[in-house]
Amino acid sequence: MSHQKSFQYADLLSVLERVVDIMSAPDQYSYPSVFIYGHRATGKSHVVLSIMKDLELPHASVDCVECVSSGLLFHQVLSAFFGPDAAALLPRCPSLSDFVRLYKQMSSNSPATQTRYIILDRAERMRDMDFSLLPALLRLQELVNDNVTVILLSEIVWEKFRPNTGCFEPLLFHFPDYSKGKSLVQILSWDHHPSYTPELYASYINILLGVFFSVCRDLRELRHLAVLNFSKFCEPLEKGEAKESDIHKLWKNIEPHLQRAMQTVYLREVSSVQWEQQQMDEKEATTLRVLSAHAHIELPYYSKFLLIAAYLASFNPARTDRRFFLKSHGKIRKTNFLKKHEKTSNHLLGPKPFPLDRLMAIFYSVVDSRVAPTASVFSQISSLVTLQLLSQVGHDDQLDSPKYKCSVSLDFILAISRCVCVCVRLLDLLALSLVIQSQVVRQERSLFTAVSNLHLL
Amino acid sequence: MSKRRSLTEAQCVSLAQKLLRERLCHQKLPDRPLALDSQYKHLLELLRRTAVHGESNSVLIVGPRGSGKTMLLGCVLRELMSLKEAQKNVLLVELNGLLQTDDKIALKEITRQLHLENVVGDKVFGSFAENLAFLLEALKKGDKSSSRPVVFVLDEFDLFAHHKNQTLLYNLLDVSQSAQTPVAVLGLTCRLDVLELLEKRVKSRFSHRQIHLFSSLSFAQYVDAVRAQLSLPPDFPDPKFSDAWNHSVTKLCEEKSVEEILRRHFNSSKDFHRRWCADLLEASRLISADSKAIILHGLSILELCLIIAMKHLNDTYDGEPFNFQMVHNEFKKFIQRKSHSIHKFEKPVVMKAFEHLLQLELVRPVDSGVCKVQREYQLMRLMLEHGQVMEALQRYPQCPTDVKQWALSAFA
Repeated sequence: MSHQKSFQYADLLSVLERVVDIMSAPDQYSYPSVFIYGHRATGKSHVVLSIMKDLELPHASVDCVECVSSGLLFHQVLSAFFGPDAAALLPRCPSLSDFVRLYKQMSSNSPATQTRYIILDRAERMRDMDFSLLPALLRLQELVNDNVTVILLSEIVWEKFRPNTGCFEPLLFHFPDYSKGKSLVQILSWDHHPSYTPELYASYINILLGVFFSVCRDLRELRHLAVLNFSKFCEPLEKGEAKESDIHKLWKNIEPHLQRAMQTVYLREVSSVQWEQQQMDEKEATTLRVLSAHAHIELPYYSKFLLIAAYLASFNPARTDRRFFLKSHGKIRKTNFLKKHEKTSNHLLGPKPFPLDRLMAIFYSVVDSRVAPTASVFSQISSLVTLQLLSQVGHDDQLDSPKYKCSVSLDFILAISRCVCVCVRLLDLLALSLVIQSQVVRQERSLFTAVSNLHLL
Repeated sequence: MSKRRSLTEAQCVSLAQKLLRERLCHQKLPDRPLALDSQYKHLLELLRRTAVHGESNSVLIVGPRGSGKTMLLGCVLRELMSLKEAQKNVLLVELNGLLQTDDKIALKEITRQLHLENVVGDKVFGSFAENLAFLLEALKKGDKSSSRPVVFVLDEFDLFAHHKNQTLLYNLLDVSQSAQTPVAVLGLTCRLDVLELLEKRVKSRFSHRQIHLFSSLSFAQYVDAVRAQLSLPPDFPDPKFSDAWNHSVTKLCEEKSVEEILRRHFNSSKDFHRRWCADLLEASRLISADSKAIILHGLSILELCLIIAMKHLNDTYDGEPFNFQMVHNEFKKFIQRKSHSIHKFEKPVVMKAFEHLLQLELVRPVDSGVCKVQREYQLMRLMLEHGQVMEALQRYPQCPTDVKQWALSAFA
């Protein structure tokens, strides 16, 4: 059959046979509902729709993401089977009862000579629609008394679909994933550029898979990456620096580029247009304007200190403030820090809320010059909240003691503190706070003395 | 004679296939339901009393999914309609809790099926109150001797109990209790506790008559039932073919491996909605496959490492919820200490892999939808069991040995 021409790999053939078995002999009854599940981009919709088209079976294909209301689903099914006039007979906000009644009417006028198929793609969205839609569609054959089969395609396993009181169980099929060696390389090699040999492209694909396969197996992502980076791969060939058989040289050229791609294009931090432009401009330095705030957010001078102070306030417990930030705190009592279970380390649990006073206290001790508590300093806190670098905890009504939480990560803080000139002390403080949080404190008495010495510097 | 011989082998096979598909896929009604004799007689008697003698009744048929409630009802109604007196008189109204999700819709459906005067073509006129009043008047006007008995069949009865005020149920059961038009109310449900769902006033009008369908087949009866389902009926056009077929089916059912498979199915569910592909072994493997473990095979190595990290967290902290930071921490420890084949990935790349696991619903947030917490610190739970993860790991294609070792080690 013509659809078999497209699939020349053994993985899918067995599944294909089983699916075709179910659909064979279209003038006979088929099982009322079938559930096909498998990872994304494994070809579920493609295979089912190609079979429908090649065998010319009457079918209605609906994507459940488009069906915001169930009325849209009913409309699409009726117009696919009985024409747009039938769909126009549906009332304004059709209920399932209207749909079934209309379907029965239409099918008694034009009974099915062949099994009709309703294909519901991304069926996991149906769970959020009316609660009775899924169980009713699973037994649609019984309800309308017609030769119809419902095929559900989804990424999520069937156990998560079952309603509370149970329902008619469909036939379950798993769509296998592509194996790296045979199928994936084969499919990706279909996109090969006409001006280069397929062998070259195959070796390029192998290099690409070597970098990306352990991270991602989605065929769509891999194709996207392959298409974007091929021109860079062929650069040495075009410049005449290497021949097609110098795979090692080509590999050395492309591998750092692919690593950079993993951190930018793969994460959608830059768009593919920007990526291609950057390749053309041949700038080696990473001057890519990434989406996330790391590289390019510009804050005023005091805002940076406020943010660092907020981070310290969020992640250091209040009792350590005295130790870190007071210039003279007298004797360091060997307080019995409880053996900190690693899990409860603050860096793992998340930022804690702190009151405004504590923030200002840490800020004054961290900033290098004397700062007066003017409105401009306080307004910078509000701007940080607007920028969502800080978040306000608690009610808006609490005007006298507002509480905040730091919502940026350590990498961001380190990036900021590098910009601030007098920051060696700060880095040490941060590093120390990290170390102290994650180790058993009782034994680190020497560290405490080190910290106190730092203040005296 | 010549007609029989003209049916070739292929035609016989396709005819047999058609018959079996009708029986198994379309659930065609059998002549007599299996092992449900007493229930069958009870129900038939009740309906006969309504149809012929004009007695109002209400009954609930209760049984788990797939025990044959609809089949039983279908057979009883078929026999009822073959009685001469019932054929001309009885009106049948069929409602389904999945379709008629509201009393308004249900009322319109009843009016339509009874062809009352306020129906023109397909459209029902009037508001809910008017329709209800009209229906009740129509039902109350009659009496035992002169009006036609009505049989109401309510499929998924428990869903009707969730309607507002249970208006429909109240009115139907009220009519069935008073001396008016003879009405039979039949409810089919899979919930054993359906009576707890009814309001006091509705429950008191119900006759508390319940027919239970607990499948009480022994294993031998089950095998007999399977054989009967797969055999061809005696009126098959080619008797030689049907004899050969039935003989081979009998032999199949006596084979050891098939018996084992049937026993496994019998122990797990007594559901009769099972399909028999050409290869029974293949079918049984398909049916009992663990779909989550199969999905795990398609994950990338990074995602698998994250799952193993989560499993270790679950083991160490007895199933308490974790967040992405903790998982990333575990993963980093593995990379630094034990791994040779997996190199360090940046945190955003690991985050993307974690979000893929979220989309597959292998990991679920503890309180869904509360977005006050940053993404990395939102508490999650793993939706997989320890055993499932270990089993999937054994069968994962080309799994690196250090990953396997890490999974098997007791201390991360």
